[in-house]
Amino acid sequence: MNPIVVQHISKQYKSVEALKDISFEVKAGELFGLIGPDGAGKTTLFRVLTTLLLADTGKAFVNGRDVVKDYKLIRREVGYMPGRFSLYQDLTVEENLKFFATIFNTSIKENYDLIRDIYVQIEPFKKRPAGKLSGGMKQKLALCCALVHKPEVLFLDEPTTGVDPVSRKEFWEMLQRLKSKGIAILVSTPYMDEANLCDQVALMQNGQLLQINTPKGVVDSFAQPMWAIRADNMYQLISTARAFEDTQSCYAFGDSLHITLTNGTAQEEALATYLKEKNPGLTMERIQPGIEDCFMYLMKN
Amino acid sequence: MKQFLQFLKKEFYHIFRDRRTLLILFGMPIVQIILFGFAITNEIHEAKFAVLDQSNDYYSTRLLQRFDHSAYFHRVKNLQSPNEIAKTFEEGDVKIVIVIPPQFGKTFFHERKSTIQLLADATDPNTATTLENYASSIINQYQKDITKEEKLPLTISTDYRLQYNPALKSVYMFVPGVMTLILMLVSAMMTSIAITREKELGTMEILLVSPLKPGLIIVGKVVPYIMLAFINAIIILVMGVFIFDMPIKGNLFLLLAECGLFVLTALSIGILISSITESQQTAMMISMVGLMMPTMLLSGFVFPIESMPLPLQIIANILPAKWFIIILKTIMLKGGGLMDVWKPTVILLGMTLVLQVISIRKFKIRLS
Repeated sequence: MNPIVVQHISKQYKSVEALKDISFEVKAGELFGLIGPDGAGKTTLFRVLTTLLLADTGKAFVNGRDVVKDYKLIRREVGYMPGRFSLYQDLTVEENLKFFATIFNTSIKENYDLIRDIYVQIEPFKKRPAGKLSGGMKQKLALCCALVHKPEVLFLDEPTTGVDPVSRKEFWEMLQRLKSKGIAILVSTPYMDEANLCDQVALMQNGQLLQINTPKGVVDSFAQPMWAIRADNMYQLISTARAFEDTQSCYAFGDSLHITLTNGTAQEEALATYLKEKNPGLTMERIQPGIEDCFMYLMKN
Repeated sequence: MKQFLQFLKKEFYHIFRDRRTLLILFGMPIVQIILFGFAITNEIHEAKFAVLDQSNDYYSTRLLQRFDHSAYFHRVKNLQSPNEIAKTFEEGDVKIVIVIPPQFGKTFFHERKSTIQLLADATDPNTATTLENYASSIINQYQKDITKEEKLPLTISTDYRLQYNPALKSVYMFVPGVMTLILMLVSAMMTSIAITREKELGTMEILLVSPLKPGLIIVGKVVPYIMLAFINAIIILVMGVFIFDMPIKGNLFLLLAECGLFVLTALSIGILISSITESQQTAMMISMVGLMMPTMLLSGFVFPIESMPLPLQIIANILPAKWFIIILKTIMLKGGGLMDVWKPTVILLGMTLVLQVISIRKFKIRLS
C-alpha cells in the first residue's frame, strides 16, 4: 500500500462543504503538491490525514494505517508542519529542536544527517528565540522540527506562505533532497509556480480536486492556443480585449495579458486588427501555456 | 519519563521567560497581603471623640481617663453645652460624643443607676457600631471596677469574650481569604491560560500529532503550577505569621496538605476551563468572572455567608473556596486537627475527583 491513500473523503462544517469526495494516492519518495487558493480545503485535508479531524465519509490510510482507528501509531510516524508557525516563540532554536526530538523519543544526534542540510543554515542563530527569526528561518526550523524524528511521511501545509522568493527556492531544494531519501511528501501551496517542482500535482478548489497529473501532463492536457499581448496602455488593453466577441479568457500575467479564444486560432487575425485599432504600441505573440495558465483555465471552468 | 521531564523544562522556560506571568505569580500575593493588611482594614485606631461632661466630678473624670488611655479613642474636644454637639459632628472629624449628665457620681451611688449618652456619627454604620461597642465595654469595665471598690451588693452582669479572635483583628479574616484567592488564581486561571495558549498558538496541533499521550500533556502543563501555587501558599503564610502575627495553632503539615488539596481542586477547574475554551482571553474571562468574583464575594472572605440570602448561601456551597476557608480558619485559629476538618476535606476531595473525571473526558484528542 502506498504511504498516503485517500479514498472518497468528504467533510462538512456546518453549512460549508470543506472536502467533497477526495481521492488520491502518494507513493514513497514522491513529492505530491496540493495547489489551490485560500479556502480550497487544503488545511482540512491535512488535518484529516494527520488524524486531527474526523472525516464524515470515506477512508484514508497513512503508512498503511487507518487514520481513525490507528491514530496513535500514525502520530508517531509522520512529520507535520501546520500552516501557521507553530513552534514555541519564547524557546530558542536549539531548545525547540531538542524539545521535539525528545518528545518523539529520539535525539538531534540520532537523525542529524536528515536535518543537517537545513540545520546548518539556522545554526548560527541557535541561541535566538524562535519568535525573533525571519519568516524563512522560521519555516526552516519548523521543517527541522518536523523531520527530527525521521518520519516516513511528511505533511507540509503551506510551508512557503509569507516567505521571500529566495528562501522559497531553497526550501523547495530541500524538499527535493528529502524526497530522494524515500520520504513521501504531501505539500500544499497557494503559489502556482511551485507546482512545477512537484512530481504530482492536484489542483484543489472549493473542496474538490480538479485534476491530478504530473506538471507536464497538466500542461499537455491544455489544448488551447494562447497569445500574450502588450500595449502602451495596459488598462485600456484589458477592457478592449475582454470586449472582443470571441474572447474566452483574458487575464493579466506579469507584464502582459494572456488571452485565449473560443474558436481557437480561427479569429486570430480579427483579434489582432481589432486590438491594433484601439491600442497604440500593441504587440501580440503566440505562446506555449505554462502550468499557471492551465490552473487559471481549470479554475474558471 | 524523559519526555515528561523535557516537557516540564519547556513549561518552566515559558514561565520564567514571561515577566508578566512571573509578576502576576509572585507580585500579586505580596501586594494583596499588604493591601488587605494595611489599607483595607475595618479595625479602629484612635477614633476621635468629644466630651460633654456636665458633672465634672471625680467619677466622671476617672471614666474619661479610661477613654484617653484606650488605644481606640483619642479625645479632641471638650464641649461646654449640648448645642455644640451637632456642630461638632458637622465638622466631620469627631466620630463619637460622650455625654455625661450632671451629678454623675452622686446619682450613681444614691440612685444605684446613672445614664451616659453615646452619640455616634452613623454615616458609616459599621464604624459607629464598632465604636459604640468599644465605648460600652470601657464603661462596663469601669462600672465593675468602682462597684468592687465600694463593696456594693452583688449585681449580675454579663461577661462576654470573643473566642479565637478576641481583638477582632481583620488579618485573621483576610490571610485565609487572600490565600484562597491567590491559590485559586494561580492554579485555575494560570493553568487554563497556559493550556489555551498552546491551542491559540497552534502548538497543541503539533503536540497532538506526536507520541505524547494527552494525559501527559495535561500533567506536564499542570505540575509547574502546583509547585508555584505551593510556593505562593508558603509566602502568604510566612507573611501572615511574621508581619501580621497570624497564629498557626494547628498542625503545619496538615495545613500544607490541605493547601495541596485545594490547589488540586483549583487546577481541575483550570483544566476544565481550558478544555471548553479556545482562546486565552475567554479562559481569562471565565476564570475572572466565574471564579474570582464568587471566590471574593460568596466564600465568606469579604461578606459573612450567614447573612446572605438563602439562594446565595446554597450557591456558596458549591464553591471550593468556602470549604477551604473553613479548613484554614479551623486549623490556623482554632488549632483543629484532621478530625475537625474531615467534612470540608471530604467535600473538596469529592469536588476534585468529579472535576478531574469531567476534564479528562472533555479533553480533545483531536481538533474541534
